[in-house]
Amino acid sequence: MEPHELALAAKYVGAGLAAIGTGAAGIGVGTLFGQFLNGALRNPSAVEGQFGRLIFGFAVTEALGIFALLISFLLLFAV
Amino acid sequence: MATESGPAVDPIHQFALHPVVPINVAGIDVSLTNCGLFMLLAVALSCLLVAIGARGGPGVPGRMQAMAEMGYEFVAGMVRSAAGEAGMRFFPFAFSIFFFVLLANLIGFVPYAMAATSQIVITAALALIVFFTVVIVGVREHGVHFFKLFVPPGVPIYILPLVVAIEIVSFLTRPVSHSVRLFANMLAGHITLNVFGSFVIMLLGAGAVFKGLAVMPFLGIIALEALELLVIFLQAYVFAMLTCMYLNDALHPGH
Repeated sequence: MEPHELALAAKYVGAGLAAIGTGAAGIGVGTLFGQFLNGALRNPSAVEGQFGRLIFGFAVTEALGIFALLISFLLLFAV
Repeated sequence: MATESGPAVDPIHQFALHPVVPINVAGIDVSLTNCGLFMLLAVALSCLLVAIGARGGPGVPGRMQAMAEMGYEFVAGMVRSAAGEAGMRFFPFAFSIFFFVLLANLIGFVPYAMAATSQIVITAALALIVFFTVVIVGVREHGVHFFKLFVPPGVPIYILPLVVAIEIVSFLTRPVSHSVRLFANMLAGHITLNVFGSFVIMLLGAGAVFKGLAVMPFLGIIALEALELLVIFLQAYVFAMLTCMYLNDALHPGH
């Protein structure tokens, strides 16, 4: 295999590996909403006060998945 | 990048900067770029919204006034909850940041327009403004006590050096995560939309059998646009919220 072909293959493999991180963010978001529902069903009166925190936690967790996706995109299009 | 195996459309091309009004001062290129143009547009729109909203006038408040008031109440609630009543001093700062980021994101949502927040240099500049505001306000208000921020109370003395080191590193990396979060979200969102758009083009060009399948990525684009709209609001909210939380550290260090 030519060296540049090897580099291209490594680039695509790396992009795929980086995309695994989005799945990890999926676990995080699932845990977040699952735990929120768990608490919300026990104490529905507290839901409205905590909604902002839920959204905040969602955005911060989701951002980590986006970071992984960004690395993947960087490898695909910018390297 | 339109190689045989690569995508038909270059998804990175949309972020390219090019001068709109070329300006050259003493050999330094200070041209107004497309990014700068859309930033000016975001500033003008947010000023216009608040100026029309605050004009008042007799009788029933109009839609613009209701919108400006809702924005005011929303940001005021955010500042109060994150930084307390003392944080209201920084309400204009948080309000400007929120509306600038929100409108820059929303402008980027219009086809052929550019999201100024999808450039790392813009978000990094915003995050550094916040960072230095926090440091300057903290040191001016509390002097040496500001550095109590790095020494959490109730930590046993033998692990204190480690905790302090971690706190300092986490404080210094704040502008990085603060800026990259917004930048990466906007960038990844726009690239994803573009990639799905190129799927439509590729399927339409792939022959009669595959032409019908082009509907699927097209529906995907519509769903993604809805998700992007959520992300636009969320990231503007999170950026302003984190600003308030960091300001809270400057106003009330040591807890």
